[in-house]
Amino acid sequence: MTSTSRLIQGNEAIALGAFYAGARFYAGYPITPSTEIAEICSRELPKLGGTFMQMEDELASMGAIIGASLTGVKSFTATSGPGFSLMQENLGMATMGEVPLVVIDIQRSGPSTGLATKPSQSDFMQLRWGRHGDQTVIAICPSSVRECFEMTVKAFNLSEQFRTPVIVAPDEIVGHMRENYAVPAPGELPVCDRIKPSGPADGYKPFNFEGDKVAPLASYGSEYIFHITSSMHGEDGFSNNDPQNAARRVAQLHKKIEEHRGDIVMTKSYDVEDCDILVVATGAVARTARAAAAEARKKGLKVGVLQLITIWPFPDVEIIKAVEGARKVVVAEMNYSGQLAGEVVKALGPQVNLKKVNSFNGQIITPADILKEFD
Amino acid sequence: MSHATGLEYLRKEALPLMWCSGCGNGITLGAMLRAFEELRYKKNEVVVVSGIGCWGKADDYIMTNALHTTHGRALTYATGVKAANPELHVVVLMGDGDGATIGGNHLIHAARRNMDLTAIIVNNFNYGMTGGQFSATTPAASITSTSIAGNPERGFDICGLAEAAGANYVARETVANGAMLKKRIVEALGKKGFSLVEVISPCTTLFGPRNKMKQPIDMIRWMKEKGVPRAKYEQLANAEADGYFVTGKLVDKDYPDFCASYESMRSRINVRAGGK
Repeated sequence: MTSTSRLIQGNEAIALGAFYAGARFYAGYPITPSTEIAEICSRELPKLGGTFMQMEDELASMGAIIGASLTGVKSFTATSGPGFSLMQENLGMATMGEVPLVVIDIQRSGPSTGLATKPSQSDFMQLRWGRHGDQTVIAICPSSVRECFEMTVKAFNLSEQFRTPVIVAPDEIVGHMRENYAVPAPGELPVCDRIKPSGPADGYKPFNFEGDKVAPLASYGSEYIFHITSSMHGEDGFSNNDPQNAARRVAQLHKKIEEHRGDIVMTKSYDVEDCDILVVATGAVARTARAAAAEARKKGLKVGVLQLITIWPFPDVEIIKAVEGARKVVVAEMNYSGQLAGEVVKALGPQVNLKKVNSFNGQIITPADILKEFD
Repeated sequence: MSHATGLEYLRKEALPLMWCSGCGNGITLGAMLRAFEELRYKKNEVVVVSGIGCWGKADDYIMTNALHTTHGRALTYATGVKAANPELHVVVLMGDGDGATIGGNHLIHAARRNMDLTAIIVNNFNYGMTGGQFSATTPAASITSTSIAGNPERGFDICGLAEAAGANYVARETVANGAMLKKRIVEALGKKGFSLVEVISPCTTLFGPRNKMKQPIDMIRWMKEKGVPRAKYEQLANAEADGYFVTGKLVDKDYPDFCASYESMRSRINVRAGGK
């Protein structure tokens, strides 16, 4: 049975989505515009039998959720730009150790402290490339309160299925918007739990891939004893400097995500079938784009919108498909450099007729800003 | 029980130890594994969390659960492990660079929070793994690869720092007395709340030879001479200036640990919510 709908904030929906997915450990450091998530966790997790910890900084927050996750408890943190920068090293450790967890990055305007309370969409490249060492990641950008809830549940599911950190990165507008939403009843949305080992405890190998399947992950304290290390390691989890092993391990870290992009990459299409102009956008700007497209349709222009929900792995195949028959692509995003536009060009080739619409002053892009590019 | 060997916790196939001849890490490892045996710890109930550095490699030789983390952050990972599963025995291995320099902030907060963890900090006064640069515990005027004319900075007193930050148990011993070291580790593991054992250990390849202690035995002699009980330290006229340091149990308190405090907060929240 679905509960009645009520006005819910994006950040609140993220916290509720995390609880729905089974998250019972949160460690974080206060930072605008993400703090509502920490405050809700501090009140609600104790009631759910879980634990909220306010750490000394974001490095500690990432470390703590990795440790907690390895005891078998679904764990997450929430932050914004400056804090997300501080999380990078330990986030890389989660990738290397293949530790499931979720990081929420409510994107705000930079560089540095920037416009601390204003929205932006300028972390796309940091989401993908923020860590040293070659690695890949899953990152999702919701654009509504409903998506904040559903995509947080999805993020936990993906992190467990692929034993990898997953980042949910709404812009500040989405994090702070309020919309009517009815929180789903238990069972309405799928929730994936950790794949745990079932064989004999003796000889359990925490990194023993079979084909493209990730290795089951035990919990500290169970009968299975295991090592996790930030260093290059073999199937047994102990450090291993053998070049063949290293090559296999690094490739696996990429392949387990790349080869399952069908389960990971999510987009939404609006009137793309017959479109002459395709607008590509994500987060709050996807809503602007839809408003602009609706306005243009009234004037007889065939405009479609492809909303990117998954940002990494990048939905290049989906963009190539959506752009078929269109004469022009407009990419709208809240950053100066055109972080998404660059990826769209990479997907469609340098000859593509592409217009960029960017805002980088802490203000949202308006439908009028996008409409200008339809002429 | 006085004949504990710790062998059941030792990963024999990883031997020989990677550390230099005369290094104190092997003695510290032996003392810790013997302490596990004396306390009859089950391997699956122990999580050894290590940082980066010579001593941070110790997890390679241990058969319990282990988590080898990033430089300076071991205590944060250990905090998450313990908070999420308070039944586990969580032991954190760090060096002076790891524990008191890059990770100094986490050290004071783990002590302040009184997390029920046992930190074993091996202090060899320099960064051994990277070639012997000065750390936050290198004494003033010492020669290292980044202070060839003498360290212009002062060193931290790790135990004083932990005490001031609120640790329940603090002790300092040297590897010259492995049996006493084991005893302190047993005490620390048995203490609820944050416990810390600082292990004064020789860096026989880098710090010692650069500071007029050419042979490993010279460093052992130095720590035997300079490490004295508190009562004796207080009788010495110029103890600090002459390079003496206090060994023994320095702090022994019983403030409630984080998990206990959290549970009482949880019941207040539940009462307020009208729940269980």
